[in-house]
Amino acid sequence: MPVISYREALRHAMSEEIERDPNVVLMGEEVAQFNGAYKVSEGMLAKYGPQRIVDTPISEAGFIGMGVGAAMLGLRPVMELMFFSFYTVAFDQIFNNAANIRYMSGGLINCPIVLRGPANGGTNVGATHSHTPESIAAYHPGIKVVVPSNAYDAKGLMKSAIRDNDPVMFMENTILYGETMEVPDGEYLVPLGKANILRAGTDLSIIGHGRAIQMALKAADLLKEKHNINAEVVDLRSIRPLDEETILNSVKKTNRALYVEESKPFCSVGAMVAAIISDKAFDYLDAPVKRLTSIDSPAIYSMPLEKLQLPNVDRIYQAALETLK
Amino acid sequence: MTKKSAPAKKPEVAGYNARQAPINAKLGHDELIALYRDMVRIRRFEERCLRSYQQGKIGGFLHLYIGQESIAVGCVSVMGKHDHIITAYRDHGHALAVGMGMNEMMAENYGKYTGCSKGKGGSMHYFDPSRNFWGGHGIVGGQIPLGTGLAYALKYKGLKGAALAFMGDGAVNQGAVHESYNLAALMSLPVIFIIENNGYSMGTSQERSSAGPSLAQRAEGYGMNWDIIENGHDVLEVRDKVAAALKLAHEKSLPSVLEIRTYRYRGHSVADPDTTYRDKQEIEAYKATKDPLMVFQNSLLAEKVLTDDSIAKIDEAARAEAETSAQFAEASPFPSVEDIQKDVYWEADNPADRKSQGTLFFN
Ligand SMILES: Cc1ncc(C[n+]2csc(CCOP(=O)(O)OP(=O)(O)O)c2C)c(N)n1
Ligand SMILES: [Mg+2]
Repeated sequence: MPVISYREALRHAMSEEIERDPNVVLMGEEVAQFNGAYKVSEGMLAKYGPQRIVDTPISEAGFIGMGVGAAMLGLRPVMELMFFSFYTVAFDQIFNNAANIRYMSGGLINCPIVLRGPANGGTNVGATHSHTPESIAAYHPGIKVVVPSNAYDAKGLMKSAIRDNDPVMFMENTILYGETMEVPDGEYLVPLGKANILRAGTDLSIIGHGRAIQMALKAADLLKEKHNINAEVVDLRSIRPLDEETILNSVKKTNRALYVEESKPFCSVGAMVAAIISDKAFDYLDAPVKRLTSIDSPAIYSMPLEKLQLPNVDRIYQAALETLK
Repeated sequence: MTKKSAPAKKPEVAGYNARQAPINAKLGHDELIALYRDMVRIRRFEERCLRSYQQGKIGGFLHLYIGQESIAVGCVSVMGKHDHIITAYRDHGHALAVGMGMNEMMAENYGKYTGCSKGKGGSMHYFDPSRNFWGGHGIVGGQIPLGTGLAYALKYKGLKGAALAFMGDGAVNQGAVHESYNLAALMSLPVIFIIENNGYSMGTSQERSSAGPSLAQRAEGYGMNWDIIENGHDVLEVRDKVAAALKLAHEKSLPSVLEIRTYRYRGHSVADPDTTYRDKQEIEAYKATKDPLMVFQNSLLAEKVLTDDSIAKIDEAARAEAETSAQFAEASPFPSVEDIQKDVYWEADNPADRKSQGTLFFN
């Protein structure tokens, strides 16, 4: 099987969908002539031409809104946000227009748009560029939210997102773009709403999404090595739809849960998952559901401090030990 | 797509000479040298930043102002006590021009506690309210409504001052910029919107991002005064034109849009590719003919305001100052983990005066 990067996996997914469906276009700042600020769309302009790969001015409210309108009329726009953080400029277009149009039209209108870009901290670009808005996005009925943690999922989820008939916010990660793994050539789909058990275990469920999951896997290795603890690691992959069944089955087996994510703690995805677990698996719990998030403040710039603010392997390892106390 | 080809140039006043403009004619040697020195200091500081970036001492982005020094220096030199300034992420030049120190700036870039924002903001997010400098903003166009708000507050308080709100040629296409233009014109606010047109937004040339004949002329749609400063590399021309707009703001509370033509030498951020979207020749040609430091140096040499000796001394001092700032930054401590949660809420930092109740932080 070919070994490719997360970045290439995304490119393959978009390319395959562009070839499959004439209604798919990729649009955003610097996606075409510059080959993408993070090179996700590298070579795509040369291959598919300016009708399919479209550079936009720095006008997020305008071009995201334009994508919403075009989606209403049957296109399947894939809109790149250079940083996901810039979604705030287009907030109204996303959460008033894209999210509500099906509902307010009584189901008459589809809005098959994908908004994609990196949503992560850890690169010292400061608070304005380091937002992790998955819970804010998922809060809105009508919106789907996907956060792939590896290259295989990135490709399969992206293809599903493009084919989805509702708006999907697809949150990538600049730190993962270069991470490689074996990814099959050609067509496969990963459905939205299906979590993935990356490591089976019996003592504790570490549930989470995004890059934190990669750290959770390392923390699970440490737990095994140092304490012979078998942690199960569950990658949600998609936040909304949410795979409640896999979460609950895992917790029913291990009786302990730790949620890990890069977001801030207040009203986070982990808070939602903890509520679901206490609602539906309360009798199985041997300890309160624990959450490990970023330290609750805007993202700090300072390099060593940002590392401490975010989840890291040691913080996850310590939190797991506390859950097991 | 049809594009109007009408060049939007205001007719040049015949025989215009920026040096003879009243605001410049009166400048003494010391003042001229101070303008030159400030430009040199910006350049040497940024060159030192670049070295530190390459050594991995500075994280994230580093957007250098090299090539554009005449604008920040020229603009700030005509500002008065109640004039305020706000800009985007390419903010080192403006910060030095208003009088911020290299030490606190370099330390900020290093993420140190002694930095101007205690290492919390980084290179894109400098602030110094004590010098009427309101940032340093990372979101393209986001600072322009704030600049409009500074003008609103000045007018409200009855102060004879104006706000200078800087943006790039790419930022002009943000909706918030247009909303600000309308607000400023409608409410007759003393704000000067300054477009530093360096020809590119990242890898996109102005023609590929902006419709219409010129950027500044968009002001006409809002009935606003506008002007284009073709020779943005000439610090004296910048001074003259900006002073005229400031006068309008101070005396009649009228907004303006000024487009200042300039050029950036480095990649958008220094790690970005530099010559994939423009010719190396284009960069070299600008440097050879319009470098703001060189042009001003030559005219001051011709006027005998500067000598080879004084030029070397100014340069040496600027280099030493920049080097010292790097040493200062290196020797400074990082913030502590506890610092991460300071400066989030006033009440959390001033618990004795807290009026609200309930939990502020969730860890
Ligand atoms: C809302 C938003 N969109 C995109 C970006 C990414 N970005 C940062 S600077 C920039 C180019 C801006 O160019 P211009 O306004 O000409 O200013 P210059 O960099 O030339 O000074 C882009 C696209 C951003 N920071 N904020
Ligand atoms: Mg520009």
